[in-house]
Amino acid sequence: MIAPLFFYLFALMTVVSGLMVIIARNPVHSVLFLILSFFNSAGLFVLLGAEFLAMLLVVVYVGAVAVLFLFVVMMLDINIDEMRQGFRQHLPLGLVVGLILIVELMMIFTQDVSSSNVLATNVSGEISNTAMIGSVLYTEYLLNFQVAGLILLVAMIGAITLTMRHREGVKRQVISVQNSRTRNETIQIVSVDSHVAPKVLEDSRAANKQIK
Amino acid sequence: MGDISLIHYLMVAAILFTFGAVGIFLNRKNVIIILMCIELMLLAVNINLAAFSSFHGHITGQIFAMFILTVAAAEAAIGLAILVVYFRNRGSIAVEDINMMKG
Repeated sequence: MIAPLFFYLFALMTVVSGLMVIIARNPVHSVLFLILSFFNSAGLFVLLGAEFLAMLLVVVYVGAVAVLFLFVVMMLDINIDEMRQGFRQHLPLGLVVGLILIVELMMIFTQDVSSSNVLATNVSGEISNTAMIGSVLYTEYLLNFQVAGLILLVAMIGAITLTMRHREGVKRQVISVQNSRTRNETIQIVSVDSHVAPKVLEDSRAANKQIK
Repeated sequence: MGDISLIHYLMVAAILFTFGAVGIFLNRKNVIIILMCIELMLLAVNINLAAFSSFHGHITGQIFAMFILTVAAAEAAIGLAILVVYFRNRGSIAVEDINMMKG
């Protein structure tokens, strides 16, 4: 049996990298451990038979969210040592809360949570996980699907409007102003008198004559 | 090393969720780490949903895991945008400095 072995590998890596996310000194290392954690959870999802979700996790989380985190961490100039202050001070409280939380959760698991302990994926046999998700997502959960798209749209517009700024002294193209210009206010006709020689030229000619 | 049951997956998710919660306590000064801890907790929830979905032979759990993924992505984008704007205005992202609204 190779599947339990892989389960323990992925589970251990997920948990260890999750721990490293919160105790790493450098925020960049935290993000990298977060990415490792996501990858190993994708492995867990594959073991569960949720291949589409695993793919989504790698593409969306690792490819978009974690890279976004990485960009922001590297862009902001953060004093790491200052950020680490209070780590030891908050350690006892954090450990107590974490201990209580984990004990409570484990107490739930001593009860009989589930009647089935056998992996029951692919009940129908021939239909794949992705096709199964698609057949349910676009029929039964169509409204939720649309709302999820709306949430993403709102998030995108919100992020753009939050971070966009108009700096002073930067020349920009304003297309409405360009289009509303008329010929009269743009072109200025100047008549240049070309028959009269400039005075400077006459002066230099007079100077030449005096030298001769 | 017997068969892997639902409890095993739930335990992994529980440990991951606890790490996320503890991380918020430990890294109280760093907003970025706090956001990452929230991502960890959402990941733990996703593992729970996928595990229940697989062991009960019902696809709905995976559908909702996808919705959680969507919300997590939106939350990360908005949170980081707010963080960037805040850093641009104040030059710091320390949590103690975020008290302009006196809440």
